[in-house]
Amino acid sequence: MQDLGIRVLFMGNNFIRLLGGLWITLKISLLAVALSVVLGTLLGVVMTIKHPVIKAITKFYLEFIRIMPQLVLLFLVYFGLTKSFGINLSGQVSAVIVFTLWGTAEMGDLVRGALISIPAHQYESGAALGLTKGQIFLYIVIPQTLRRLIPLAINLTTRMIKTTSLIVMIGVVEVLKVAQQIIEANRYTVPDAALWIYGTIFFLYFLACWPISLLASWLEKRWKN
Amino acid sequence: MKKTIAWLLTVTLLAASLAGCGAKEKGGTETQAEGGDGAGTQAQGDGAIYRTVDEIKESGKIVIGVFSDKNPFGYVDENGKYQGYDIYFAERIAKDMGVEVEYVSTEAASRVEYLKTGKVDVILANFTVTEERAKEVDFAAPYMKVALGVVSPDSALITSVEELNGKTLIVAKGTTAETYFTENHPEVKLLKFDQYTEAYNALLDGRGDALSTDNTEVLAWALQNDGFSVGIESLGDLDVISPAVSKGNTTLLTWLNDEITALADEQFFHADYKATLEPVYGSEIDIDSLVVEGGKVE
Repeated sequence: MQDLGIRVLFMGNNFIRLLGGLWITLKISLLAVALSVVLGTLLGVVMTIKHPVIKAITKFYLEFIRIMPQLVLLFLVYFGLTKSFGINLSGQVSAVIVFTLWGTAEMGDLVRGALISIPAHQYESGAALGLTKGQIFLYIVIPQTLRRLIPLAINLTTRMIKTTSLIVMIGVVEVLKVAQQIIEANRYTVPDAALWIYGTIFFLYFLACWPISLLASWLEKRWKN
Repeated sequence: MKKTIAWLLTVTLLAASLAGCGAKEKGGTETQAEGGDGAGTQAQGDGAIYRTVDEIKESGKIVIGVFSDKNPFGYVDENGKYQGYDIYFAERIAKDMGVEVEYVSTEAASRVEYLKTGKVDVILANFTVTEERAKEVDFAAPYMKVALGVVSPDSALITSVEELNGKTLIVAKGTTAETYFTENHPEVKLLKFDQYTEAYNALLDGRGDALSTDNTEVLAWALQNDGFSVGIESLGDLDVISPAVSKGNTTLLTWLNDEITALADEQFFHADYKATLEPVYGSEIDIDSLVVEGGKVE
């Protein structure tokens, strides 16, 4: 029994270190998500404006961020800025910037999609009732948009949490890197530690993402009535 | 009002995306110029990206990029402390310079970038010296060397390349072992696998007569598996492993070279081997086939 790989988890501070790594992961991704939701909503509203210049610019921004792999963006911000402008950002700050840029683009497109999916007769009926433009937005459009947005936004959030595993490339030691460190440190003494450590990581990611899913379904239920 | 806000936002976003673009283009041109005089110009201006020895001493801290998941060269133990062959040397560098050491966890693919941006002072991450890398960073004297090794069952131990003639040799795809045997010994039949685990299992099952990869890897494996020994400890092109600094950082480069030369008197790297590598590679192998003292490779 004592030869089971799971004992690696309880050696020294290993478990605490994994939790510390999870904290870094969550800190960076949730900060980026919060910023993305705010900026992305604004961007989404901007994207619905029918003006050729605005359309071109937002489209360019969206496609640029979408096509560029996140890893390239991370290298651009972390190493590129230092090389070209002498701006020396820490790995964590670079990560938050990149994930916010990415999240804003994706969130913006989601908000735009949700906004234009509201049929024109909703606006027209509101106007026919004598509501002002602001009232139409507040009482008719926004509640319906939010309901459509929730599942999509949650999906984006969990995707962002999982993509943070890339930030090891710019020297930020997050949960997955800690796991690899633990596995490698014991590769000669406990070769089957990998399964156990990755299993633990699975649970940690699950614990991080599950409450978000719960929150989403709670919100969906609440807003149904 | 709404329109104004929308416009403001648009302008901000435009600025942000342009800044992103600019960085990319600049980064691109610089990479191209690296082979030429790109690094040279950086060194001449005041805005040198690296820190000299004096600057490091003044700050009281040297930043060293190491591996955090390459046991036994650079890894983190269960108490969160960095350990390994590279770390043992890094600790000594810091001690002799009279400064604290700060470790940065690097990945194989980003080691060169860390030096090019001056985000670390030294890279001590099992960094093999190659011509391409030498164009972008400055290597100090070597402190270790690696070659290929061949492991085979004790019952039919293979001790020279000639004995492999007509036999089946197991290699992992994309390794130096594959290239070396394909180019230099086409008479040896190769059995190739994608992953190391599969390759080692094939040897255990007797699907091949021997297996070849980096000598450090086979030595460690043979020690874990009874009935197998490394018959050929050093074969093929000898690669050396050196500390690296930013291109043009001559003061630090000289300091490191002097340090490595001075450490030869006390056989420092033999002690390093005993402390960090021996538990993994065993004591029966010839230490001098791995360790380099004073930067001198025979």
